[in-house]
Parts: sequence; C-alpha cells; structure tokens
Amino acid sequence: MTAASRLRRLVEPSALPGLGPTLGFTLVYLSFFVLLPLSALALRPWELGFDHVRDVLTSERTLAALQLSFGAAFLAACINAVFGTIVAWVLVRYDFPGRRLLDAFIDLPFALPTAVAGIALAAIYAPNGLVGALFAPYDIRIAFTPLGVMIALIFVGFPFVVRSIQPVLEDFETEAEEAAATLGANRLQTIHRVILPAITPSILAGFSLAFARAVGEYGSVIFIAGNIPMVSEIAPLLIVIRLEEFDYAGAAAVGLIMLSISFVLLLLLNALQSHIARRGR
Amino acid sequence: MPLDISNVRKNFSATPVLRDVSLFAEDGEFLALLGPSGSGKTTLLRVIAGLEQPDSGAVRFQGEDLLAQPVRERRIGFVFQHYALFRHMTAAQNVAFGLNAKPAKQRPSRSEIRKRVSDLLHLVQLSGLENRYPSQLSGGQRQRVALARALAIEPRILLLDEPFGALDAKVRRELRRWLRDLHERTGLTTIFVTHDQEEALDLADRIALLRDGALEQVGTPEELYHEPGSAFVFEFLGDSVRLPCTVNGGVAVIADAPVPIIGAAPANGPAFAYARPDAINVEIGPGPGLPAHVRNVILAGPDARLDCAIDGDGAIDVRIPAEEAAKFSPRDRVRLTPRTVRVWPVT
Amino acid sequence: MSDRRSAAKRDPSWLAGALIALAVLYFVLVLLLPLVTVFAEALRRGFGEYFAALQEPDALAAIRLTLLVAAIAVPLNTVFGLAAAWAVTKFQFWGKSALLTLIDLPFSISPVISGLVFVLLYGARGWFGPLLDQYDIHVIFSVTGVVLATVLVTLPFVARELIPLMQAQGSDEEAAAATLGASGWRTFFLVTLPNIKWALMYGVLLCTARAMGEFGAVAVVSGHIRGETATMPLHVEILYNEYSFVAAFAVASLLALFALVTLAVKSLLEARFAQQLAAQRWR
Repeated sequence: MTAASRLRRLVEPSALPGLGPTLGFTLVYLSFFVLLPLSALALRPWELGFDHVRDVLTSERTLAALQLSFGAAFLAACINAVFGTIVAWVLVRYDFPGRRLLDAFIDLPFALPTAVAGIALAAIYAPNGLVGALFAPYDIRIAFTPLGVMIALIFVGFPFVVRSIQPVLEDFETEAEEAAATLGANRLQTIHRVILPAITPSILAGFSLAFARAVGEYGSVIFIAGNIPMVSEIAPLLIVIRLEEFDYAGAAAVGLIMLSISFVLLLLLNALQSHIARRGR
Repeated sequence: MPLDISNVRKNFSATPVLRDVSLFAEDGEFLALLGPSGSGKTTLLRVIAGLEQPDSGAVRFQGEDLLAQPVRERRIGFVFQHYALFRHMTAAQNVAFGLNAKPAKQRPSRSEIRKRVSDLLHLVQLSGLENRYPSQLSGGQRQRVALARALAIEPRILLLDEPFGALDAKVRRELRRWLRDLHERTGLTTIFVTHDQEEALDLADRIALLRDGALEQVGTPEELYHEPGSAFVFEFLGDSVRLPCTVNGGVAVIADAPVPIIGAAPANGPAFAYARPDAINVEIGPGPGLPAHVRNVILAGPDARLDCAIDGDGAIDVRIPAEEAAKFSPRDRVRLTPRTVRVWPVT
Repeated sequence: MSDRRSAAKRDPSWLAGALIALAVLYFVLVLLLPLVTVFAEALRRGFGEYFAALQEPDALAAIRLTLLVAAIAVPLNTVFGLAAAWAVTKFQFWGKSALLTLIDLPFSISPVISGLVFVLLYGARGWFGPLLDQYDIHVIFSVTGVVLATVLVTLPFVARELIPLMQAQGSDEEAAAATLGASGWRTFFLVTLPNIKWALMYGVLLCTARAMGEFGAVAVVSGHIRGETATMPLHVEILYNEYSFVAAFAVASLLALFALVTLAVKSLLEARFAQQLAAQRWR
C-alpha cells in the first residue's frame, strides 16, 4: 500500500478546501497547550522514584486534603442536586415576578471570577460577617472550617444541576403527566412516578458536572477555608504549597492522583447515568 | 462524447456505494438517474460535480479529465436537494454569488451582474422577489432561486439532486412541466436524480436505473417500460403483480391457465411471472386461472380496482375499466388470468 | 404563559408558593448575597475611598495586565476554535472523537493543575526551564506564563460553541459555494461566517469572561508580583491578604460589574438568537 492510499483511508476526501491548514493548526495548538503540559503531569511524579510518590500520597496531610476536597465536593453536589432540581422546577413550571431575572442570574457563578466570590463568601461567613455573626453566639464557626469549604463549593456548583434539568423539564411531554392524572394518580404520585424518573439522568449529569468542578475548585475556597493543614486545606492548595517548596514531583503527584480519582468517579457516574437512562426507555 | 463516466467505483468506509458505473450523456440531453434510496444515484451525481472523489474510474467532459479539476473550476451547476441557499443573502445576492466569485479579470461589471441577475430571476419567474430572503420564499420559489443561482455561472452541465423531493404534489407537477420547458429553451445537458419513476418517465430523454450502486439498465423511458431487462426494472417502473408459474414450451402456466410470454422465455420449469395490474382478466365461475374472492371494489379514480384475495395466500389489486366494475361485488368467487406476462427465473 | 399548564399539571397553590419561596431563598442566600456583599464592602467607606483604591498605580497595572492577557488569549482561542470547528465539522477523518475529547479536556481539569503543568514544563526545575533560562527567557513568574495558563483554561470555549452548530448546519452551503466557483476563503467569509456569527460572539464572550476572571491557574504561574504579573483577580488576593479589604473589594467590584455585563449580554444573545446558538450550555 502506498503512503498516499494509506493516507486516503485515514482521511475521507472532500470537496471543501482547508483540511490541511486547519487540522494542522488544531493539532499543533493542542499539542502545545494540552498534550505536552499533560504529559508532564503524567511523567514528572515518578522522577524521584515510586517511593516518593507513595510517600507524598500516603502522608496524612495529603490524605486529609484529598478527603476534604472530594468529600466537600460530594456533599456540595448533593445539596445542589436537591435545591437545583427545585429551582429548575420553579423556573420552568411557575410564573412569578422576577422569574426571567432569576433565570439570567443562575449563571452568576460562571461569570463571577472565583476570587471575587471567595472574598465575598469569606466576608459573609466570618464570625463577624452577616451570616457568620448569626451562628457565632452558638459557637458554630463556618469560615475557616470544612463547612466553609462546602459553602464555597455550593456556590460554584449551583448552575450545573439547574441548567442540566431545565431543557429536559421544558421538553417533558405534558401528555405523560396528563395521562397519569387521568389514570387516577394524585399529584405526588405523578411527580414521584412519572416526572422524577424522567429527569433523574439529567440530575445525575448535573451532579457529575458540579462535582467535577468542585473537586478542582481553588479561588472561591481558599479565602473562606482558612487553609489549616489537616483541617481545612484542600488538595489544589496542597499542590500550590508543594510548588512553593519546589517539590515538583510531589505537586505533580497530588495533581495526578486528583485527576485520576475524578476520572474514575466520573466514569462510574456516567455509567450509572446511562444505566438509569436505558432503564427509563 | 460530451460527458463520459467510465468504471467509477466508490466506497464509504467498507461499503461499496458505486460499483463500476459507466455512463455517458449526449450534448443537450435530459438524463434521469433513477433508483431506490441507497442505490448510489446521489453519490454518482456528486462525483460528476466533484463533491465526492471516486476511488477509481474516470469522468471526462469533452475529452477533459474532470477528476483533475477541483469543484470550483468545473463550472458544473448543482441544485441541492434542500437547495442550500445562502440563508443570509437575498434571492438576488444568491444568484449573483457565482458571478461575484469570479476572478477579477473575468468578473462582469456591477451593472452587468445586476442585469444578468434580473434576467435570470425573470427566466425562473421570480421577478419582483429579488430582495426576499430564502426564509421568506415558498419551497417552489426557493427551488427556482437555486436553479437561477446554478445557471448564473453559465454551467457546462446542470445537475439536480431530487429537484422535486421537498415539494408538495401540486407544485411538483407544475415545476416538472416548467423544468422541461426550461430545458428545451436552454438546451443544457441536464442530469437529475429521482426515486420517483413517474417523474423519470415523464421528464427524461433517457433513464439510468441504479440498483445497489450498479447500473441495472439504461435507455429511453419507452425502452425501460416496454423492454425491461430484469424483474427489478419491471417492478420499479410502475405497479406490478408477481405470480409463481411453470414455464412449459414458451408459455407460462398459471393455475392451469396458459398465458403467453412477452420477451425471452426461460427454460421449462418453475419461474415467476410478472404482470401489470391492468392486464389481468377477471372472470366469474369455474375454470382455469387463479381462484380468488373479491374483498372490496374501489370505484374512486379513473379506473376501478378490485381488491382480490387469492385462495391460500396473498392479495392482488386488479385494475379494470370502470364500466365493468358493476359486475363484481364483495365475496364474489373469481378467477384471475393475466393476459400476458414477463417471466424471469426464480432467483 | 398562563395556558401553558393544563389542569392536570397544576400544583396546589400552597405547594407552588412554598417551592417558589424555597427557590428564591436559596437563590438569595447562595448567589445574591455574595454579589451584594462585594459592592457593599467596596463602598463601606464611601465613594471617595472606593475611587481612590481603583486609581492606585498597582490597581491600574492589574487592570492593564488583565486586559492584555485577555487580548492575547481570546483571539488565539478564537482562531483555534474556528480552525478546529472547520476541520472537525467539514471533514471526516480517523481519530476525530479523540480530538474532540482533547478539545474538551481543559474543562475537566482543576485550574491549579492547568497552572501546575506549565510550571512542570517551564519552571526553574521544569523540563525546559533551565534551557530557556540560558537565553534569559522566563515563562514562569512572568506575563508569558500568565498568558499560557489563561489560554489553556479558556481553550474550549469558542470551539465548543461552534462545533455543534456547524455540525447541525451541515456543509451544503459551502459545497454550493464551491460549485459556484468560490475560493475557500471567500466561502468562509461570505457563507460560513455569517451563519455562525452569533454563536461565535457567544463563545468569545464566555471566553473573555473566563480569561479576565481566571484565578487558580494564573495564581500558580504568576508569582504575584505587584504591578507586574498580578492580574485583577490576583491583585484582589494580594490586597485581601494585606487586610486592605476596601481596596480588595473595590477591584473585585469591577470584576463583578463585568460579570453582570457578561450575564446581560449572554441573556440577550440567548433570547434573540436562540436558534442560531448551539444548544451548548456554559460550563
């Protein structure tokens, strides 16, 4: 087989021009900005040996940070799944003054730089802050504790669940609901048996997105977290600290393990989601 | 020979869509590429236009190797099935596009372009709609803008992909006649793709019938209709009835009734007989012929139809003159005998 | 709007009321309160101090740097998005889905990791750091590093907006232009671009917003050098850590204002050009 005919099997010929330059540029660009940097992340943890990686990852401080990052992200995504569903339902099903405005504002956490959100949340939940002061008399502290971390992650993940469910609810066939009603189901039964199963895959999809985003979140968390090692220090911050110590291998190891765990969890969530979606059909 | 396609093959991944197709078109001819969906007719049209590259084979136009030319240099007008009008341009801007795209030296002056556009829109009977956007035009109007746009570059060949596919039945018939007129006036070699046999029989000088990526038969509409080369051609061009029979000495025996065979008769033995539904005799009472009973008499339309259930298995719609329909009523026992049949061996 | 719910779908009004109240409460607590706090804290000591804080030389330098970084990263990713979308939607080639995954990848990486990877490459102990150091080229703790990190973080925005739309629109119009004799560039500028302009604007808007607001990735590579490598979000951090709260919130309020403008333009684009935008939601 000649080189030309082999190439022809990789690329379908087309009447339109520009495949060479555009695909070439795309590949070079991606190699420089994505592939090369990520290969460094994959390779550099091992340069001080396997034992170093193991020591970094099994140190109590790393374990505590990973536990906090994934745990708080999970809880925050759960809370957003519940309230995000309610908000999406309200936005799609009810008319009330300010609905359009509320709808537009849902995306605020995407648009507002994380550092801005971070200092605002720190100010609100500090012991002398607007909300923090309410809890201070009962000796409940929010800022500088894992609770504060979770609150920041709730803010960050808020839009994902809402935006995942909204289009599905909008397209949801009225007929299925009406049919349920004509069959004598009461409203709660209809919601429980007809509507919830239909939107469960999107709730899960939104949950996954919110979770993935929250695991890696940095800017909105570090101000409210207080960053006390073993207590309120998140994994991304640990990467920054390792870098400041010029422990590149250690920083890369933490980064790699974070990515790997997220990847596995998201695969599982995806599998669960498609399993549920299939059952629904 | 103006357009000469020889031994064209094309695969999409591993699936062959064109298997060794050879075809020519005479100067000024109106040629139809007919076939069921998936037969490769649109792919063949796109190969001629240069929108697809064949894996092997040659396409020549007046001796020139078309495959060596990129699409934009071929000067072949192409009307897409869904028109592919530029949706953000007015009808006039759409038609002018090809003229404006010419290299500066060959580009007509602005006033010339304006005049050509106006003439073309007049030709396709759209004068006055110059400034409408495609979304403000009906399906038939869009179709004609697409045609005017293709004609603007003074194409050497005009290709139309399912030109009437997206239109409703009435507009279809009007446009069909109008397109025939236009072809007679311009004399342009025109090839169109259709899956509708009636359209092909009505419009084309010649029909190339495709099946599974290969040419099944090429000829004038009369040739294809009256001298079909295979059962596939017979069944594709018009309604047909297939009956099992036994060939015996050049005659098809169907349920004890001998029926004369048109065309070549296969060797003695079992075979399939094919008949048109208007060439079947229906008789009441005992005798030879397929025993059946009438399920329904349908009187709407120019002739009457008898919906007959054959004893044992199957049903046939037989067409009879309207005045004979009074003889039949549902549940009548009848015998069906084709007057003539074509016979092909059982495959 | 009132007839969009049939009787069967109507919830009892107490339930509707309770759900609306709950949603609004959650919204106010989670979203509105932080936003209002930014402005309240910024103006705590009056407009005088607010504007004084914004006219600080370091604040002005941060604003300039943020605009500079966005002015480099956004055009780069716009050209990339257009090229990638053209290659992916107009042609069939082996490995396309792997390419799409790669384009999407930066969305699923922690911003800190997006910064980290460039330190691993170009830092003092990076793969290429020592080599570049010999030629006196510094990527980390310089504007270059800030640009690199920003490009990586905002890489998918334009491409992800264009690809689904161009996929849906198909290539018939481009093919028609080719049969009419148009060149590739002419086809792109006169046929493709007008068809995707609103989605392109939408993608550029989201890309710009993220480029100006990016914190984590930039924090890792910039070194927080006041007046030199500190973008606005980093300057906010510096001021906050120095307990200059009013100044920190003043700079933050500018970013918040920009976020509000972004949301407004975004809603406008979505409302007016819904069908010309890909269904892609913001990530």
